[in-house]
Amino acid sequence: MKKTNDTSKIIEIKNVNKYFGAKPAVNNVSFSIKKGEFITLLGPSGCGKTTTLRMIAGFEKPTDGQILFNGEDITTVPPYRRNLNTVFQKYALFPHLDVFNNVAFGLKNKLIENGTKQKGDKTYQLYRKLTKAEISQKVERALKMVDLEDYGYRSVDSLSGGQQQRVAIARALVNEPEVLLLDEPLGALDLKMRKDMQLELKAMHKNLGITFVYVTHDQEEALTMSDRIIIMKNGVIQQIGTPKQVYDEPANAFVADFIGESNIFSGTMKSDFCVNFINHDFECVDKGFKRNEPIDVIIRPEDWVCVAKDDEKAQLQVKVSSCVFKGDHFLSTVNTVDEEENEIQIRDNIPKTEGDVVGLYVRPFDIQVMHKERIINTVEGEMVDDGVVEFCNGKFQCNTDLPIGTKVKVSIDFDDVVVHDDEEDGIIGATVVSSIYKGSYYQCIVRTDEYFDFFVDTEDDWLVGDRVGISVAQDKLIIEVLPDEED
Amino acid sequence: MKKTKGFTLTRRAFAYPYVLFLLLFVVVPLVLILLNAFWVDGALSLDNFVEFFSDVTGLKVLENSLIIGFATTLLCLLIGYPTAYFLSKYHASSKVYVLLFILPTWVNFLIRTLSTKAIFLALGIELGMGTVVFGMVYNYLPYMILPLHTAISGIDKSLIEASHDLGANNLETFVKTILPLSWTGILSGITMVFIPSVSTFAISELLSNRQIFLFGDSIQTKFSQNMYGVGSVMSLVMLLLVVLFNLLVNRAGGNDDDVSRSML
Repeated sequence: MKKTNDTSKIIEIKNVNKYFGAKPAVNNVSFSIKKGEFITLLGPSGCGKTTTLRMIAGFEKPTDGQILFNGEDITTVPPYRRNLNTVFQKYALFPHLDVFNNVAFGLKNKLIENGTKQKGDKTYQLYRKLTKAEISQKVERALKMVDLEDYGYRSVDSLSGGQQQRVAIARALVNEPEVLLLDEPLGALDLKMRKDMQLELKAMHKNLGITFVYVTHDQEEALTMSDRIIIMKNGVIQQIGTPKQVYDEPANAFVADFIGESNIFSGTMKSDFCVNFINHDFECVDKGFKRNEPIDVIIRPEDWVCVAKDDEKAQLQVKVSSCVFKGDHFLSTVNTVDEEENEIQIRDNIPKTEGDVVGLYVRPFDIQVMHKERIINTVEGEMVDDGVVEFCNGKFQCNTDLPIGTKVKVSIDFDDVVVHDDEEDGIIGATVVSSIYKGSYYQCIVRTDEYFDFFVDTEDDWLVGDRVGISVAQDKLIIEVLPDEED
Repeated sequence: MKKTKGFTLTRRAFAYPYVLFLLLFVVVPLVLILLNAFWVDGALSLDNFVEFFSDVTGLKVLENSLIIGFATTLLCLLIGYPTAYFLSKYHASSKVYVLLFILPTWVNFLIRTLSTKAIFLALGIELGMGTVVFGMVYNYLPYMILPLHTAISGIDKSLIEASHDLGANNLETFVKTILPLSWTGILSGITMVFIPSVSTFAISELLSNRQIFLFGDSIQTKFSQNMYGVGSVMSLVMLLLVVLFNLLVNRAGGNDDDVSRSML
């Protein structure tokens, strides 16, 4: 095993939880950040990335868990005593101060060591404030770094978005922090400006050698800039890795779907090195799965190779349903020529004609096989009436004659959960938290008000964040008696 | 084509009633005051000014008014700022708490002042300068809290976080961020309290048992004694004070357009 050097870790997050009321925003998150690293917290909105950053900055206190800075516990240290600075989402420049004084704000609060004083046997550390000349010199240098030398006297309102962004960066960096936190700093800029700032930030990181912690929901930004990416969903870390790792070896279907384009299929592992999906057996490089274990398969659109339909390399035949020119490549949608008509996205440089039948193959190492998060929904419930079981605060009719009061385990297959557009039509209300396309159907996760997640396979793409109703047909509830807990 | 002459209903016409009102009740009285002040026995004269400025008791009343005005404003600011600050910090979304502070203004101020007097009498507190200032603060406090609350709750929370982030502790953040950002609110609060409290009458009369005469009371007395000349001079002095004060406050607000607009 590789030996880890503890001194190289500048920030360590240990089992941190954060609840807003009963709602978990960050759920048992642990990771560490190396000195000088450019690390990105990536995820859709509401995934807990900003809350995590705010806990590092000190604006939020974790409900439990620990945050270490250079090995020291800073969990309850107020933000003004932490040696890090933040670039805020909307810059948060002080409107009552000009550019110079915005940048000088932190320096004016700073105390620096100023020799020691001997009194009796004790030595006291003396501190002093920075002089006007020192402040002005540092501010000038910081403004020069962001190309705003002549803007010191300007009011911040008179600056463009990009210039305000630069002032915000200068204001943070002038304090020479050990860690710079950036909360979606480029979110308010237009595309061209964003691309330029991405490169500039990357260059600054390289020149300054300090640690950057970056928050974004833009996967492309994360892939371009970061040394490592932490992907979060619903307050839980999904994967930590280099941009190449998270792209080439996504840990689960969510990561694959979130990072870049991907084809996600449900399949089964027939044996080591052989996987079955879209009704075909494929050779792969994965082993160690259970025999016939249900798995998720991910194939990037650029990993499909398109050949003539009678080519001997072709593993399956597909019919082209659309082909769009995207500037530097063609993005084609094809369907398998069987009754399931599984949809596959292909990215290559060959223009294709709609309606044509072509052959496809994929190299074994381009097939990414992953364990399924869950293969059936299981929830604990209780019999409340003859043939009525209650779980998640909903009463369901079921085919069983277990006595009232029996504690039971209820299992429901993914495709037996029925989702209703109108919350009233279902037995329990829930919110859609994710929806991933799997070739021929969508796999959604709907969350009840008690934070139980139902996995649902459905024909329809449900809008994330929508309220829906859930019901289950009487004969689809699989009910087992929970074994009595013996003391 | 026939040229229509005379009255046509344009949008401008809707302003005519107010223009008429202004002429009748602002411009004409001002002219009358000027006339009364400078016109003595059919000739221009400064006699009325000499009479007012040589009268020690009259000047004493002016001094009293200014002292009570400053004291009231200062007390309102000292009580109102923390109130507004904590209201916006902890109950920013709840209008109910703000309403609680505004509620007294829904009762007629004479009734309020008479009740205050009754309470003082029942408690056996002697009426004097203290009770007058109390009555003033009680009456004008809502006018201080309201603009302050608006200004403080308008401060972007991320600015306060940015200040903490840049090494300023709670006190420094207050002095360097919250206070300057609520400056416009402070200025409107001061104006809304100081101007009515120097020129008011009745409150002082009621709450001091006619011991303390303020400038407003004094002007009222002069007019009721048919001393229009001196009364007009005093009104002019008051007007000048208010204008001077507004100029000062405007200067303190810098070139902030919002402040100047809310002042004038």
